[in-house]
Amino acid sequence: MTTIPKIRYSRRSVLKTGGAAVAAAALPAPMVWGQAIKDVTLRQFGTGVSNLNEVASKVKEDLGFSLEMTALDSDSVTQRAATQPDSFDIADIEYWICKKVWPTGNLQAMDTSKIENYDKIVGTFRSGKLTPESVIAQGTAPHTVGFTSGANGTDFVQEESGWMTLIPTIYNADTLGIRPDLIGRPISNWSELLNPEFKGKASILDISSIGIMDMAMVVESMGEYKYPDKGNMTKEEIDLTLGIFTEAKKNGQFRAFWKSFDESVNLMASGEVVIQSMWSPAITAVRSQGIPCVYQPLEEGYRSWGGGIGLSASLSGIELDAAYEYINWYLSGWVGGFLMRQGYYSAVPETSKNFMTEDEWGFWFEGKEAKGDITNPFGDVMEKAGAVRDGGSFYDRMGAVACWNAVMDENQYMVRKWNEFIAA
Amino acid sequence: MAGPLALVLGVFLVAPVVMICVVSFWGATEWSIYPAFLFDNYAFLFSSEVTYRVFLNTFKYAAITWAFTFVIGFTVAYFLAFHVRSLTWQIALFLLCTIPFWTSNIIRMISWIPFLGRNGLANSTLMSWGVIDEPVEWLLFSDFSVILAFVHLYTLFMVVPIFNTMMRIDKSLIEAASDAGASGWQTLWFVVLPLTKPGIMIGTIFVVALVMGDFITVRFMSGSQSANVGRMIQNDIALLQYPSASATAVVLLCTVLLLIGILLRFVDIRREL
Repeated sequence: MTTIPKIRYSRRSVLKTGGAAVAAAALPAPMVWGQAIKDVTLRQFGTGVSNLNEVASKVKEDLGFSLEMTALDSDSVTQRAATQPDSFDIADIEYWICKKVWPTGNLQAMDTSKIENYDKIVGTFRSGKLTPESVIAQGTAPHTVGFTSGANGTDFVQEESGWMTLIPTIYNADTLGIRPDLIGRPISNWSELLNPEFKGKASILDISSIGIMDMAMVVESMGEYKYPDKGNMTKEEIDLTLGIFTEAKKNGQFRAFWKSFDESVNLMASGEVVIQSMWSPAITAVRSQGIPCVYQPLEEGYRSWGGGIGLSASLSGIELDAAYEYINWYLSGWVGGFLMRQGYYSAVPETSKNFMTEDEWGFWFEGKEAKGDITNPFGDVMEKAGAVRDGGSFYDRMGAVACWNAVMDENQYMVRKWNEFIAA
Repeated sequence: MAGPLALVLGVFLVAPVVMICVVSFWGATEWSIYPAFLFDNYAFLFSSEVTYRVFLNTFKYAAITWAFTFVIGFTVAYFLAFHVRSLTWQIALFLLCTIPFWTSNIIRMISWIPFLGRNGLANSTLMSWGVIDEPVEWLLFSDFSVILAFVHLYTLFMVVPIFNTMMRIDKSLIEAASDAGASGWQTLWFVVLPLTKPGIMIGTIFVVALVMGDFITVRFMSGSQSANVGRMIQNDIALLQYPSASATAVVLLCTVLLLIGILLRFVDIRREL
C-alpha cells in the first residue's frame, strides 16, 4: 500500500545521511513481530486536532509501520465510529463521543497493564481528580466513561478497573475569545456574551452538544439559574437555557453562529464578532494575522474537553500488537511535545517535557513568561519574548474546569430544541 | 431499450426513495436506528410549530429567488435572442454568461462574505461615498445575503431554458405583430411571453427545486442564523437521527412534487417542446 507517510519517509531517508538511517534503525522500539510489523497499516480517523500527518511520518520512522490518517468533523466521527466499525482500526474521539459510541460495542477495551506509562497519566483521566484536592467538574468527565468492566465490557465503571475505553491523548480548557482592541475594557464573566453592549457582535458555536454547555455557563453567570448538573439537564432546564438564548437571538445579539474552526477565525479576524465561543488554536490563528485576540480566562471557570484513542473491536493479532505499540509510543512524549507546543495538553505531561525546550515548557505548561520567541512545531512564531499564556499554568487552567463537554440523557430533546433555536 | 433504463432508474432513483420512505417509519436511539413501524417521526414533525415556520421560510426563499431569477433571466435571454443579431455574438455572449460557472458554487457563494461584511468592500465604498455613516449590518448574515447568493447562483438556470425557447420563436411572428400595429411591450406581452412559457417553466422547476433542496447556501450566508428544510435534514443526519431526517425528506419531496404538479398544470411541457 502506498501511503503518503510512506512516501515522506522514503524521501526523508534518501535525504538523510547513512549515519542517520543507522541511528533511526537503532531506536529502542520494541520489535515484537520483527519484520512483519513493517507491513502493518493502521487506519486512524478522528477530528483534525490530533490527526496530523507529522504524527504518521514519525510513527513510520520510530515504529516502522504505517498509519493512515483521516480527519473529519466531530459529527462525522461519531457517525463513523457508531455505524462503520470495520472502516477503521483506531478511533481518535472525544470522551463525550465515547459515551455515545462505546455501548455499540464497536470499540474494544484496552488492558492497562500493557500501557507502560499508565501510572503517569494525569489524575483527571483516572480518578477524575487533577490533584487530590480537586473537585470533579460537571458534565461527561473523562474518568466517568474512561473505564469498563472487562475485556468485552460495553458498560462504564467508575473505578480504575484495568480496562480502559480510550487512552487519553489530548485535552484543553476552553473559554470565550475576545477582541480586546474592539472591546476596550476587561471581560471577566461568561455573562458578557449576552451583554447588550455587544449586540450584533457576539457569536456562539452551532454544535449543539458543546454550544449548550457554553450557554449553561452564561446562564449561571447571569444569575438566572444554578444547574445541579450542567452536563445532564432536565427538559425544563433545556427549555429555560434555550429560552434565554432565543430571546437574545431575536433581539439581534448574535452576528452569526459558527460550525467549523475556520469560520470562527474569519468572524473574529474580520471584526464581525468581538466576543464568541472559541477554540484555542483558532485564537492563535487570529493572532498570527497580527490581530489582537485573547483567550479570556473567566471567573466561572473553563469548559473543558478531552480526546483519546480507542481500538476497533475487529482489531486482532499483529495489528492489535502494533496498536498497543502505537499507544505506548503516543504516551512516550514526542506527540505530547508536538501537541503541547500548539497549546494543547498531553495526557502524560512529564514525558513530553523531554521533547520541549525549557522555555517552551515554562511558557506552555508552567505559565511563565517566555524568554525568547515561542514557535509552534511548524516553525511559525506564536508569541514574542515576554508573553505569558492566557490563563496561566496547567494547574491554573485545568484546575479551574467548571464542566466537561457532555451528552445528556435528554440529548434527543435537546437537539430538537436546539434546531428550534436555530430556526427561531 | 426500456429494460436497461428501467433497471438504472429502479436502482438509482426508485430504490433509494423507497428506502427513505421505509426508514422514515423507523425508530432511533442515541447511536443506532432500528426497524419499526412508528409514526413518531411524522407526529413530531407535524406537531412542531418550528416545522411550519421552517417550511414557510423555505417557500419564502424559493418565491423571492424565483421572482428575481425570472426577471433577470428573462431580460438576459431576451437581449441575447432578439437584440444580438449575429449568431457568433449570441454564442460568445452566452458563453460569457457561463464563465462564473467554471468555479465551484461554494467559492462563488463564499466570495460574497468578505465583500458584504461589516468592514467589507460594499460598506467601505458606501461610507467613502458618504451614502452611509456607519456600516450597514443587514448586508451579511441576513435573508438579504441568502437571497442575493441564491439569485447569483441560480439565474443561469433560468437564462438557459428561456434563451433556448426564445431562439425557436419564428421571427416572422414578431414581424406580423409589428405589422398589425402592436407596440414593443404588446409584442413582448402577447407574443413572446406566451411562446416562452415552456422555457420559463423548465427554468422555474430548476430554480424552485434547487432552492428548496439547498442547505449550504442558507447556512453560510445567514451565518447559521436562519433555517430551511435542508438544514433541518442536515442537522438530523449529523446527530444520527436518520429516521427523523427521512421523514422530513419525505415531506419535502411530497411538497416539491406537489408544487411541480401544479406548475405543470399551467404548461404542458411535452406538447410545447
